[in-house]
Amino acid sequence: MDAPARAGASTAEKSISSGARKRRTSWTPMWVAYLQAAPLALVFLLFFILPLLATFVVSFWNYTEYSIEPAFVLSNYQDVFYGCFSGSSGLCTTFATYLSTLKFVAIVWATTLFIGFTVAYFLAFHIRTLPMQIALFMVCTIPFWTSNVIRMISWIPLLGRNGLVNETLQSIGIVDAPIEWLLYSDFAVALALVHLYTLFMVVPIFNSMMRIDRALIEAAYDAGASGWQTLTNVIIPLVKPGILIGSIFVVTIVTGDYLTIGIMGGQQIASVGKTIQTQINFLQFPIAAANAIVLLAVVLLTIWGMLRLVDIRKEL
Amino acid sequence: MTILKETRGGITRRSILKASAALAGAGVVTKVTGFPAIAQEPVTLRYLSTAVNQSPAIAAKAGEDLGINIEYIAVTTDDVAKRVITQPNSFDLVDTEYFALPKLLPSGNIMGLDASKITLSDKIASVIRNGTVDGKKVGLDGTAPTEVLYLPSEEATEFAGEETGFLTLIPTTYNADTLGIRPDLIDGEVSSWASLLDPKFKGKAATLNIPSIGIMDAAMAIEARGDMTYGDKGNMTREEIDKTIAVLIEAKRNGQFRAFWTDFNESVNLMASGEVVIQSMWSPAVTAVRTQGIECKYQPLKEGYRAWASGFGLPVAIGEREKDAAYEFINWFLSGWAGAHLAKQGYYTAVLETTKEAMEPYEWAYWFEGKAAEKDIMSPDGKLLEKAGAIRDGGSYDERMGAVACWNAVMDENIYMIRKWNEFIAA
Repeated sequence: MDAPARAGASTAEKSISSGARKRRTSWTPMWVAYLQAAPLALVFLLFFILPLLATFVVSFWNYTEYSIEPAFVLSNYQDVFYGCFSGSSGLCTTFATYLSTLKFVAIVWATTLFIGFTVAYFLAFHIRTLPMQIALFMVCTIPFWTSNVIRMISWIPLLGRNGLVNETLQSIGIVDAPIEWLLYSDFAVALALVHLYTLFMVVPIFNSMMRIDRALIEAAYDAGASGWQTLTNVIIPLVKPGILIGSIFVVTIVTGDYLTIGIMGGQQIASVGKTIQTQINFLQFPIAAANAIVLLAVVLLTIWGMLRLVDIRKEL
Repeated sequence: MTILKETRGGITRRSILKASAALAGAGVVTKVTGFPAIAQEPVTLRYLSTAVNQSPAIAAKAGEDLGINIEYIAVTTDDVAKRVITQPNSFDLVDTEYFALPKLLPSGNIMGLDASKITLSDKIASVIRNGTVDGKKVGLDGTAPTEVLYLPSEEATEFAGEETGFLTLIPTTYNADTLGIRPDLIDGEVSSWASLLDPKFKGKAATLNIPSIGIMDAAMAIEARGDMTYGDKGNMTREEIDKTIAVLIEAKRNGQFRAFWTDFNESVNLMASGEVVIQSMWSPAVTAVRTQGIECKYQPLKEGYRAWASGFGLPVAIGEREKDAAYEFINWFLSGWAGAHLAKQGYYTAVLETTKEAMEPYEWAYWFEGKAAEKDIMSPDGKLLEKAGAIRDGGSYDERMGAVACWNAVMDENIYMIRKWNEFIAA
């Protein structure tokens, strides 16, 4: 087909679509679109919606040590919140567990945001050439070539009582006795979580920064804004969607994490996931299901709250 | 793995048809017993148990001696029970602990073993059969094997009160657990369970995060300290559970524990790295620490041991051919070689007589008689365990098993106990 003919064809198409069939943008029948979406929808239905429904239903069932029985009882939820509303002085197990999780969420979110933002800023604004940006970005992903369990466990020989850090500190005389809180502590958990999940902050923030029109920064500079003012008035408002997406990743992952908390905390720190695992191991599926539903509700509420802060759809 | 699985499906049938065309008609029916051996592919037994109980050497030797394929399925202690109850078709032979039986049996997923088909069933160690060692009764707190060994019939879902011809599990391994210590990092003697909670070891003690076992070790320590006495440590009342957990929470808040462990390898690492100098431990874990050349003692304590026993059970859903193979395998297992292989890792075995025959006299003297090793003691894979002259921690079989105070257990108040345990972890 030669050029004029192609142009003619497209004009013809345009005139048709702008005429009577204004709403139709394609000649493909409607059902094709549904068909195209069907495989993913089916996968979601089978492997996400149905198990979730099953979990929800089972959370109202009864159980013994070796069986679960269909029923509609609220006792599992009562067990989850056992002692929470009795007015006693101490926190109940569930609230204490969520509080501990919340603490890690806050620490890890703030730290990964700071590190992630800094790294992304450096990559986006200080590296001039695209190939170099891509190369350095790939460098950031190298740790992900190994499993996150390995990355986590590799901290143990470093932080242990007779680990590298302690031995070094002792040999140069900074401390006399090994520092105990390096491993199997809140510090170790927070460190490992930050190490594991910072990239989830870097990627979306970097992506948002790359979309910023460089002319805006020049305009700010021309208008006499300082570097700090440009950062707070131009860049941060424009990368909000990236920050939000990264935050959703980090917050939801840390809320559900039990492996890192288990391994780095020496299993001494509670997490909702670990509680669920213990209950499943002892075949208490209904109460584990109830716990899972509560966890899901907490995570959904958190995401809902975060989405109220920034309108992602508008910004993207 | 894939190949092994295929023998269970259509491939078997087809290859049988191909191999013996004359018997093609019979070939359509799978699992025919007494089918000509030449035409049959080796039977595969899917063997479900924890990783500690699974020795590749035993599988290889069984394949050699019996022509049976052993396909190991390795999961954690809790997962064995979970799998028996939730996926009873996924294995042909299970090696599980006796204490799980009060949960497993009512599910109707495992069946009794016919004692008349087990050649050496009357030779099974007395500590399992009737709770005695050398004629003397041992402590039976908790789920003692003798209490859950017999069934009134093959498909029964309740235990028989007395000796019958049907057994729930045929013992594979059992032992007496105590505290493991690092003598090189500890000043003075450790002689009581109370040391687990002794502030002297603040920040250097560990215990298990397997609630049913962890709470019993705690109970041993608390009772030894003189804080309280238990009616039955393996079956506590709610009040006893509350008090025990309260003591544990207090110890945890005071920083007594360095970490908790669930997997036996974790306990090895905690000990070998020196993070922990005293902890609840399993015998093969102590052996594993020692093979790394690190001093580790399985310290006998004056209050006695917490014992456990594990054994073979059959799923109700087992096929005829697999069932025959399973009996054949169990009989082979009791006949000596496998027992000796396990005994050299520190386990005790079901039939002591055959184990003795299959071991070198100096090995038997070291492992079972509490005598000083005449020669270097090697692990089954040829690593040096002990130099000549060493004596087994705790002494002879009679001394160790005879000093058992309680057995691993599932309590009647299990659900309540787990809730309280979670409270302890969250504290």
